[in-house]
Amino acid sequence: MTQTVPPPVVADPLRTARRPARRGRWTGWGFVGPFMAVFALVFLAPIVYSIYLSLFRQQLVGGNAFVGFENYTRAFGDPAFWSSLGRVTLFLAVQVPIMLGIALLVALALDSGRLYGKSFFRISIFMPYAVPAVVATLMWGFMYGTRFGLVGNINDAFGISLPNPLSPDLVLLSIGNIVTWSFVGYNMLIFYSALRVVPASLYEAAAIDGAGQWRVIRSIKLPAIRGALVIATIFSIIGSFQLFNEPSILQKLAPNAITTSFTPNMYAYSLSFSGQQYNYSATVAIIMGLVTMVVAYAVQLRGMRKEA
Amino acid sequence: MTARTRRTLVRTVALAGALSLGLAACSGGGDSGSGSDDASGGGGSLTIWAWEPALTDVVADFQEDHPDVDIELVNAGTGNDQYTALQNAIAAGSGVPDVAQIEYYAVPQFAIGESLTDLTEFGADELDGTFSPGPWNAVQQGEGIYNLPMDSGPMALFYNAAVFDRLGVEVPTTWDEYLEAARALHAADPSVYIASDTGDAGSATSMIWQAGGQPYQVDGTDVTIDFTDEGTQKYTDLWQQMIDEGLLSDISGWTDEWYQGLGNGTLATLVVGAWMPANLESGVAQASGDWRVAPMPQWEAGQSVTAENGGSGLSIPAGTQNAELAYEFLEYATAGDGVQTRIDAGAFPATVADLESEEFLGKEFEYFGGQKANEILAQSAADVAEGWQYLPFQVYANSIFNDTAGQAYVSDTTLQDGLLDWQEKSIAYGNEQGFSVD
Repeated sequence: MTQTVPPPVVADPLRTARRPARRGRWTGWGFVGPFMAVFALVFLAPIVYSIYLSLFRQQLVGGNAFVGFENYTRAFGDPAFWSSLGRVTLFLAVQVPIMLGIALLVALALDSGRLYGKSFFRISIFMPYAVPAVVATLMWGFMYGTRFGLVGNINDAFGISLPNPLSPDLVLLSIGNIVTWSFVGYNMLIFYSALRVVPASLYEAAAIDGAGQWRVIRSIKLPAIRGALVIATIFSIIGSFQLFNEPSILQKLAPNAITTSFTPNMYAYSLSFSGQQYNYSATVAIIMGLVTMVVAYAVQLRGMRKEA
Repeated sequence: MTARTRRTLVRTVALAGALSLGLAACSGGGDSGSGSDDASGGGGSLTIWAWEPALTDVVADFQEDHPDVDIELVNAGTGNDQYTALQNAIAAGSGVPDVAQIEYYAVPQFAIGESLTDLTEFGADELDGTFSPGPWNAVQQGEGIYNLPMDSGPMALFYNAAVFDRLGVEVPTTWDEYLEAARALHAADPSVYIASDTGDAGSATSMIWQAGGQPYQVDGTDVTIDFTDEGTQKYTDLWQQMIDEGLLSDISGWTDEWYQGLGNGTLATLVVGAWMPANLESGVAQASGDWRVAPMPQWEAGQSVTAENGGSGLSIPAGTQNAELAYEFLEYATAGDGVQTRIDAGAFPATVADLESEEFLGKEFEYFGGQKANEILAQSAADVAEGWQYLPFQVYANSIFNDTAGQAYVSDTTLQDGLLDWQEKSIAYGNEQGFSVD
């Protein structure tokens, strides 16, 4: 059809194409504008302001001064910061695989169709996620009590002496337990919904080929939910690095086991709110943001590699 | 209440969500403007930031006397929360209140930062002798007076007499007897502890204060921190024994377990400030009638030396347009008719006249089995050891007490080493903040 177009018309598309393009440029901005304004204000501005803050140092005596990257060099040599980062990294390495493993197991069990009372099971696993983290931590804090709490009751009932879950050696484990309890249901739901969209024809084909349940899981289900696994892992990484609520609330019960620099976020919090070191606090927050981004991105690259 | 919050504020959990990159861009707390209407001619308006509940009545009475004055009483948070908001407002230069409640230990921090108005220009120095010595010393910084004392916390021994009677143990009058009593109580009934302690900066510094220690020496921005003096040593020697022998319960203060322990007789004593009765009445109601008050245990038999534990007063932040009117309110609330109003509401006053009044001293506490507890508490106020100073950055120092000295309660670190670690970290912070600390 295009062969029949006469030569003079060829110039027209160029002109007409240019005009809408020019008008379109502004129209587009008009639509995106409100979003961009809000985005800049509530998303970019705080980050930019934090970066700005991190380049200064405000003192109680002596006022404010530009110090360049001094806050960053200080952070790199700050043992409190590194030990807090080490602690959440350990938490990440141990708690996240356990939590995701349990979530995956439960999701596969639900999806297998061999479970009685599936809906009840599903909702009760998910329920803890609906409990706010603060309430969950308070609840577990009571249970961990060696005197009037559940641990105390067990000790009394059996005449034994369980180790104190809130002692310095065990407190990270206790926090991991709370987080796992809270988030297994959430991750299970991500996995389960990914499993639900696997076409039944694949299972039928597998059955015809004589594949057993294990084979189905390994060759169909797991590859099908790879994306969900990666997403859940990334969420968990971010959550681990941002650990704050649970230790912060338990600190009241175990002030000596949970220091003010227990996790990077707690460190930033106490620097800012009890030490008025807003500048250094901003620095710690920015470094943690970058670390989280790098680790999450690395996981995403690795997780998505084979799919591309 | 004020002292209770003072003790917990370091651990106060602002249930803020997880912090993210935007953390440092914390919001300014100034949500109330301070009007600068006609301050001279009796009228005008005041914005007051305070959490002391009894002030509501004081404000109402003040407004009755000054119908032209418009007062806004704002609870901008308790203790540290309010200080953060105040610091932000001062830094931002807007929304600064005309009057702010500030605890004694935090006064130097604000005074050094030139965030408070020196009250001597309004004649606050004429109030010398009006207040008991502990609080009065605490509100002075150099030549200036930066706060008028509202309440105080001279320390005393609160004890569960029922427990002491049941186990046949004498109530201690010295710290040596206290240690003996701790052993005797715990031996007679292993579920009973003489006290609970998991490391509390306020208690520790008050104990050192009473023992004659003066670890903090502050002269303007020149600060010395020394936790090796004799007074500190007396405290650590005693307390290390208490920790080593397992005589202290590991329940943290102000938790549910703690209140239960005070109520069911497993925690037998409290050595705290005079603001405690109201807290016992409300928090440990089931033990009403069991508790009594005794003078604070002494380091030497026959002495009567005490220390302060908590307490707060009212300050005028720098930069307010209504300083004169604000001072009028300060004087009314802390040295005028406002004092009785607060006493009626259960506060422990800082004014000598009230501490010596028959009515105050003669008050029989039903909670303490009809004991005239104020006699002991008022005597304690008069016996507070002089010369104690807090750091100009005590708020921060207290917040890291458990990171350092607190480790003595859960590890092999000794209390003395813990305090030295605290000293080291406090020195580092002070120097970072532009003080000259050693």
